[in-house]
Amino acid sequence: MLETIWFLLWGVLWAVYFMLDGFDLGLGTLAPFIARSDVDKRVAYNSMGPFWDGNEVWLITAGGVTFAAFPTTYAVMFNALYTPLLLLLFGLIFRAVALEFRSKVNNDGWRKLWDACHFLGSFVPALLLGVAFANIFKGIPIDAEGDFQGNLLTLLNPYGLLGGILFVLLFLVHGALWLAIKAEVPLEERAGKAAGGIWWVLLVVAVIFLGATWFATGLYKNYLAYPALLLIPLITVVALLATRVFIAKKAWWKAWFASSLTIVGATLFGVVGLYPDLFPSSLDPAYSLTIFNSASSPLTLKIMLGVALVFVPIVLIYQIWGYYLFKDKVTTEDLASDEAY
Amino acid sequence: MDAIMLSRVQFAVATYFHFLFVPLTLGLSVLVAIMETRYVWTGDEEFKRMAKFWGKLFVINFALGVVTGITLEFQFGTNWSRYSKYVGDIFGSLLAIEATLAFFLESTFIGIWLFGWKRLSPKAHAACIWLVAAASNISAYWILVANSWMQHPVGYVIRNGRAELADFWAVVTQPYAIWMFLHVISGAYILAAFFVMGVSAYHLLRRQELSLFKRSFKIAVTFAVIFSIAEILIGHYQGREMMRIQPTKAAAAESVWESSKGAPLYLFAIPDEKNERNAVEILGIPKLLSWVALGDKEGVYRGLKEFPKEERPPVAATFWSFKLMVLLGLFFVVVSIVAWIKRNAPGDSPGLLRLLIWSIPLPYVAAALGWTVAEIGRQPWIVYGMMKTTDAASRVAGSQVALSLAAFVLVYTVLGIVCFYLIYKYARTGPEPISVGNR
Repeated sequence: MLETIWFLLWGVLWAVYFMLDGFDLGLGTLAPFIARSDVDKRVAYNSMGPFWDGNEVWLITAGGVTFAAFPTTYAVMFNALYTPLLLLLFGLIFRAVALEFRSKVNNDGWRKLWDACHFLGSFVPALLLGVAFANIFKGIPIDAEGDFQGNLLTLLNPYGLLGGILFVLLFLVHGALWLAIKAEVPLEERAGKAAGGIWWVLLVVAVIFLGATWFATGLYKNYLAYPALLLIPLITVVALLATRVFIAKKAWWKAWFASSLTIVGATLFGVVGLYPDLFPSSLDPAYSLTIFNSASSPLTLKIMLGVALVFVPIVLIYQIWGYYLFKDKVTTEDLASDEAY
Repeated sequence: MDAIMLSRVQFAVATYFHFLFVPLTLGLSVLVAIMETRYVWTGDEEFKRMAKFWGKLFVINFALGVVTGITLEFQFGTNWSRYSKYVGDIFGSLLAIEATLAFFLESTFIGIWLFGWKRLSPKAHAACIWLVAAASNISAYWILVANSWMQHPVGYVIRNGRAELADFWAVVTQPYAIWMFLHVISGAYILAAFFVMGVSAYHLLRRQELSLFKRSFKIAVTFAVIFSIAEILIGHYQGREMMRIQPTKAAAAESVWESSKGAPLYLFAIPDEKNERNAVEILGIPKLLSWVALGDKEGVYRGLKEFPKEERPPVAATFWSFKLMVLLGLFFVVVSIVAWIKRNAPGDSPGLLRLLIWSIPLPYVAAALGWTVAEIGRQPWIVYGMMKTTDAASRVAGSQVALSLAAFVLVYTVLGIVCFYLIYKYARTGPEPISVGNR
C-alpha cells in the first residue's frame, strides 16, 4: 500500500515538473523563432523570470523522491541513463546561467551567445526527458544485476525519439501559450498563432505515439484489465482538444490550463500504465524493477509520507501565490528595472 | 585511471565547484536580509540601495550554486549506484526532505524577491529574503546530516542486504551533524563577511559611496568577528567528536603514527607516508595534542599504525589541508579583530583595506580545504566503517566517465570564469546611482 502511494506521488511529481518547467523549456525552444527583436526576447525571458527556479525544484524533488522511496530504481535508472542524464543536467545549467548572465553585459555578441545557450538548454532537456520516459515505457536492456546493456544509441530508437518529439511539441504549445499570456501585442498574437499552428503537429504526433505505444510497450495492459482507468487518457484527449478551442478564442489562460492538464494527463497515462513497474527490463521481465522489489523500508516510506503530506501542500500554496503575484503581462516598465533579465 | 578513480575525481570537481557558490549564498543572504530589514525599520533609502547592490551580487552567485547542486544529487545515481542502492533508504530520504522542506522555499522566494521590489510592501519584500536565508540554511542542515551519516553512520540496521533506517531521530540529531552544520555555517558567514568587507574596502580606498560602504563594512565586520572566533571553538569541539568517531581521520589530520599517552603537538611536521613516520617534526609542545583533542593531558592519542594500512586515508593530503585550514582560521580571527577595532574609520587604514581586498579568496580556500579533510580523510570509506568507496561505484565504462569528466571540467571552468568576472564587474561598478536606485 505504502509503495503504491509513493508510486502515485512519484508520478505526480514528474507530472507537475513537466507542467511547470514544460512552459519554460518550450518557450526557450520557441524563443529564437518567434522573438524577433531584443525586446521580444527579453519579454520571453522575463516571462519565466520569477518562476523557472522554483519550477526546476520539482525535478530535483522527483529525483530525490526516486532516491528516497525507490533507491534501487534510482541507482539502476540513473546509472543506465548516464549520458542522457548528464546531457540533461548540462542543458539545465546552461539554461539557468543564460537567463542570469544574458543582460549583464551590454554587447550583442554576448547576448547572442547566451540566446544560443538558452535555446539548447531548453530544447535538449525537453527532448531527452521525452526520450528517457518513452524508453522507460518500452523497457530498458538491464540485466539481473541492474547493469545497463546498451549505449546512448540504444535509447535513440524510433519509439524513444517519437517520445522526445512528443515532449518537445507538448512543451512548445505550452510555452507559446505562456508567452501569449505574458506578452503584449503584437508578440502576444504571434505566440498565440504559433501555439495554434504547433497544436496540429502535436495532434498528429500524439495520435502516432498512442498507436506506437500499443505495439512498443505494455502500457495498455492495466487499462484493459481496469477499463475505468481509461478515464485518464480520455481526460487527456479532451484537454488536448479543449486547448485548441481556447486558442481559437484567444483565451490564453484557459488554453494554458487545458495544456497543463494535457501534460499532467499524458504523464499519468504513462505512469499508471507502467504500474507496478518503475523501470522495466526489456531483456527479461524478471529483471524489471518494480515498486515492490526496489522500495525503501516501510519506516522510511512512512516518515517521507508524513513530510510530503505536510510540506507539499505548503509548497503548492506559496508557489501558487507567487504565480498570482506575477500574473500580469511583462511591461516595458518591467524590462527597464535593473533586476530584469 | 580506472572508472572508480575517474568517478571520484568527477565528484570532487563537482563538489569543489558547487562549494564555490554555496557559502556566499548562505552568508550573503543573511547579510542582505539584515540590510533590507534596516531599510524597513529606518526608512533610510541608503539601506535599500545597499541591499540591492549586494543582492545583485548574491543573485549572480546564486544561479550557479543551484544548478551545480543538482549535478551532485544526480551523480549519486549515475556514478555511485551501488552506494545509492545500499544506503538510499537513509541517505536518499535526507536529500528528498531537503528538497521538499528547503529547496522549494529558497528557489521560489528568490524569484519573488528579485522581481518583487515594486509588487510587495517593503515588509513583505524583506520577509522574502529572510525566507531565502532561512531556507538556504535549513537546506545546509539536511545536506550536512546526510554527509555526517557518511562520516558516522547511526540509526540503521543492516537488513535485506542494505542499510535500512531504524531510528530517524538518531540520524537527524547526531552530535557530529550539529557540529558539522555549525562549522560549515560559520565558515560561510566568515566567507560572506570577508567578501563584503573586501568589496567595501575597494570602494573605500577609492573614496566612492563612502557612507554606503562604511555601513556595509560595519555590518560585515561584526559578522566576521563573531563567526571567526566562534569557528575556532566549533572546530575544536567538532575535532573532539571526530577523534571519537573517526580515529583514522584524526590521526591523519595530525599525522600521528604511533599511539601515545600525552601526545605532543608539533608546530611543524612533514609526513612521510612511505616510511610511516614524519620526515620532520619540530617545535613540539608536550602533551598539547592530547589535551586539545581529548581534554586530558595524559590521554592516549591513537596513531595511524594502530590501523591496517588499507584502512588509512591518504595522510599528506589530509594533514596539509587540515593544517592550512586551521592556519587560515586563525588568520581570519586576527584580521577580523583588527578590522573591528578600526570599524568606525576604516578609511584611515589603507593597509588594512588592501589586505582585506586580497583576503577575499582566502575563506574560499579554507572551505575547500575543510571539505578535503572531511572527504579525503574519510577514505577508504564512503560510509565510515561500513562501505568502502571501491565497492560503491556504478559499473560504467571508464571511457564514459572520462568523457563526462572532461565535459564537467570544460563547462565548469568556462562558467566559473564568466560568473566570477560578472561578480567582479558588478562589485567594482558599485551601486546604482541614487536617481536610478529609487526608480
